[in-house]
Amino acid sequence: MIAAVFATTISELHIARRNRWVAIAVALMVVFSLVLAAAGSAATGALGADRLSVTVASLTSLSVYLVPLVALLMSFDAIAGEVERGTLPLLLTYPVSRWEVLLGKLMAHLSILALAIVAGYGAAAVAAIAADPRAAAGLPALWRLTWTSVLLGATFLGVGYSLSSLARRPSGAAGLAIGLWLGLVVLYDLALLAAVVADDGGTFTSRVFPLALLANPADAFRLFNLAASEATAAAAGVGGAAASIPLWQSLSSLLIWPVVALAFATTAFRKVVP
Amino acid sequence: MTSTLTISALTKAYDGLQALSDVSLQVAAGERVALLGHNGAGKSTLMKIILGLIAADAGRISVCGAAPGSHAARAAVAYLPENAAFHPSLTGLEQISHYLRLRGENSAKAMELLGRVGLADAARRRIGTYSKGMRQRVGLAQTLIGNPRLLVLDEPTSGLDPISRRDFYALLDGLAAEGAAILLSSHALTEVEARTDRLLILSGGRLVAQGSLPELRREAALPVVMHLTARNGYAPELMDALPGAIQFGQGLRLNCLQQDKLATLARIAALEGKIADLDVLPPSLEDIYSHFSRRADQ
Repeated sequence: MIAAVFATTISELHIARRNRWVAIAVALMVVFSLVLAAAGSAATGALGADRLSVTVASLTSLSVYLVPLVALLMSFDAIAGEVERGTLPLLLTYPVSRWEVLLGKLMAHLSILALAIVAGYGAAAVAAIAADPRAAAGLPALWRLTWTSVLLGATFLGVGYSLSSLARRPSGAAGLAIGLWLGLVVLYDLALLAAVVADDGGTFTSRVFPLALLANPADAFRLFNLAASEATAAAAGVGGAAASIPLWQSLSSLLIWPVVALAFATTAFRKVVP
Repeated sequence: MTSTLTISALTKAYDGLQALSDVSLQVAAGERVALLGHNGAGKSTLMKIILGLIAADAGRISVCGAAPGSHAARAAVAYLPENAAFHPSLTGLEQISHYLRLRGENSAKAMELLGRVGLADAARRRIGTYSKGMRQRVGLAQTLIGNPRLLVLDEPTSGLDPISRRDFYALLDGLAAEGAAILLSSHALTEVEARTDRLLILSGGRLVAQGSLPELRREAALPVVMHLTARNGYAPELMDALPGAIQFGQGLRLNCLQQDKLATLARIAALEGKIADLDVLPPSLEDIYSHFSRRADQ
């Protein structure tokens, strides 16, 4: 059972390395993190926070966009690609369960994503600490950001596998993935903000709005990191709501989403007829 | 003889279209069985049901004593799909190592397997650079993993050159001798004729004939064709002596039933001085195959 999972992981790592996914993901995270670390340095003095904590707040906002995007790009082809290449029927005649195949792919993709995250955040941390010795105080916040980013990545990998199983064609899966990313990460927040403004402090703002934030894994990720690091002041927009939602709730959302997404992906994959 | 694959009264329909109707067959350990049929006759559907990739509507199947698609059945069955496809970014070695690990085998055996199908030199190249025949051989290599008790091979020799085909059948003979049951489909009737123990003919989703080639030849009762070449000037006399003969070109053509074969030959032998040459052509597998599939169409 474990052997079958690892077999898939090893192959997927070969494929990702050869398709430059490892290089692309790492380069993307490092470049964006360093840009933020450099840009964040201007405002530090006025806020009184150490430099790394400020960088973490910026990285949180960046990761909300970038981590789901990279995760979806790595996963949309996972099942649909096998169907299109015609490799799925043979694979499914092997004594391996579909969930084992999916878990093997997840382990490969998640380790690449984790590598990219660690490389990017690490580069930002080195830059911040080099410029400001007090920045070491921000390390716990950076660690929190790192593991929650991996959880967020796992959620969107699961979402990508689900879309890949549902679409059954890579082009269709890619379209769905980009659409979903736009919806969950960009439009969702805009719609919520519009609703809050229109509601003007009514029941929507006090009851529905917090639940709506927790229901979206990207928002839960942002809430948890901003609230936990008490860097709310440094962040704008939805981050302001972080103070009103207990930490355990956003943490639960972060922990539950990967499980839900992967369970859904397994169900969707089971319905694929080779 | 114990049966590795047993199918009884198997039926499958796609959207109201009958793909397989009431198919029953057995393949014994060590037996090489060829599955013949037109495109769309139901060969691939039958194979996919045996492999557990799709479910049958009705009927019973036992694969090595287990249900098709169960873990036990999949552990005992090897499959070669028609047009075997692999991820183009992997090398042959990585792909076979992957399949070895999936079967819980040591991945270090990959090079030896690729050597057995003649791919040792290309093992470290990406499969994306392989020709169709080379991909087919990667597919073949993965069917040799472990000790499969049943091999299901869909058009295994398509894309292979004549030498590779011969090597392929030699590999199959070895596996059958070790007790593996082999079910393969093919369009290349002549090679199947020489290399399998039994033939199954599918037509329109029905199993219209099964048996060894001599059995099918008897059952079809197709006429034997004799080609006679007359010595100079004797053709008209031969025509008179052999009623039913047709003259064409330099020679005569005579059709006779299986049971009349010896009597006809005796009559021909009596005309010895007037005949330059004689060829006796038994019905070919092509003839037998079209006989059974045409009969089913009517």
